[in-house]
Amino acid sequence: MVDPRTSIIAERIRRIDRIIAVSSGKGGVGKSLVAATLALTLAKKDYKVGLFDLDFTSPSTHIILGIEGVQPKEEKGIVPPIVHGIKYMSIVYYSGEHVSPLRGVDVSNALIELLSIARWEKLDFLVIDMPPGIGDATLDLIRLIKNIEFLIVTTPSQLAFETVRKLISLLKELKIPVLGVVENMRMNDSKTIQQQTQKLGLNFLGEIPYDRKVEEAIGNIDKLLNTILAKKVEEIAERS
Amino acid sequence: MHEWALAEAVIAAASEIAEKEGLKEVREVKIRVGELQQIELDILEFALSQLKPAKFKDAKFSIEVAKAELKCRVCGHKWFFKKEKMDENAVEAIHFVPEIAHAYIKCPTCGSPDFEILEGRGVWLESIKGVKQEDG
Repeated sequence: MVDPRTSIIAERIRRIDRIIAVSSGKGGVGKSLVAATLALTLAKKDYKVGLFDLDFTSPSTHIILGIEGVQPKEEKGIVPPIVHGIKYMSIVYYSGEHVSPLRGVDVSNALIELLSIARWEKLDFLVIDMPPGIGDATLDLIRLIKNIEFLIVTTPSQLAFETVRKLISLLKELKIPVLGVVENMRMNDSKTIQQQTQKLGLNFLGEIPYDRKVEEAIGNIDKLLNTILAKKVEEIAERS
Repeated sequence: MHEWALAEAVIAAASEIAEKEGLKEVREVKIRVGELQQIELDILEFALSQLKPAKFKDAKFSIEVAKAELKCRVCGHKWFFKKEKMDENAVEAIHFVPEIAHAYIKCPTCGSPDFEILEGRGVWLESIKGVKQEDG
């Protein structure tokens, strides 16, 4: 028996110019904030932007962007609703407030299902908020999306960077383009992450200082766009 | 009409196989549809009839429905999915993403959401038959 879904995915994403997976080796580095803010920033610049929250067991971009009360339209598939100028897709449309305890094989199946039925149509950018680590979602995206590019987020912590180093090593080995590394939640002037990134032959895209105002801005896009994080993400978007 | 998207996937996959096997004409396409996803068969059939390319014009699409059998990974209990016992919104969510079953269904014996979908998940292309190029 053949799973027919993978045969239609290339067609579903054909009209998307760039697909950027915002990824990291471990959780808690601010991937979702960077991904959501990047999508908002690009939308503000009048690009056609989609945001796909692929963190199926712990989705959070809907909370960051204050998205509620919307559902995809069912039309020869599913059409992601446009919120804050972004075509937004998340598993929360279906799981709601329920916990979704998914094993790797289920994550993989749900990802393939959504890629095969979601109709993004023409987009300049599709930003993907990845789950942490190098698991099924990362491997499936590499397998199914030929023009995928990775934007990697780390913190100044060596613990975070060591996991990032492994992710970069895998991506390099598979010849997957990496836009560069963003250092988030920086608390001093250390250049260690920048130097280590450049030593790996990658672009250091910039640093985002630890910003207390971000927590207060969660759920409110006007406040979010006024944070230092948003300004830095805008600079990073221009650079990448 | 989300069935339309799945029908497009079936046609795309069947066309790839027909191409690979050198079929100049496809006569039969067997599809297996899992009960978990609650596919509307009429819509799926209609979509297939509208989407089929020239090579498939005389093809018969036969659709078999497979019961959705679930097995608890904790206690080993096996059971069949029954939509009648479930909330309407949950059934609709599972229709779009069958894995969401893990958010709504628990093992009837031990209450765990950690179960395996043994059979009857989604749409599968079971087989395809046709006339090869060299058959004239």
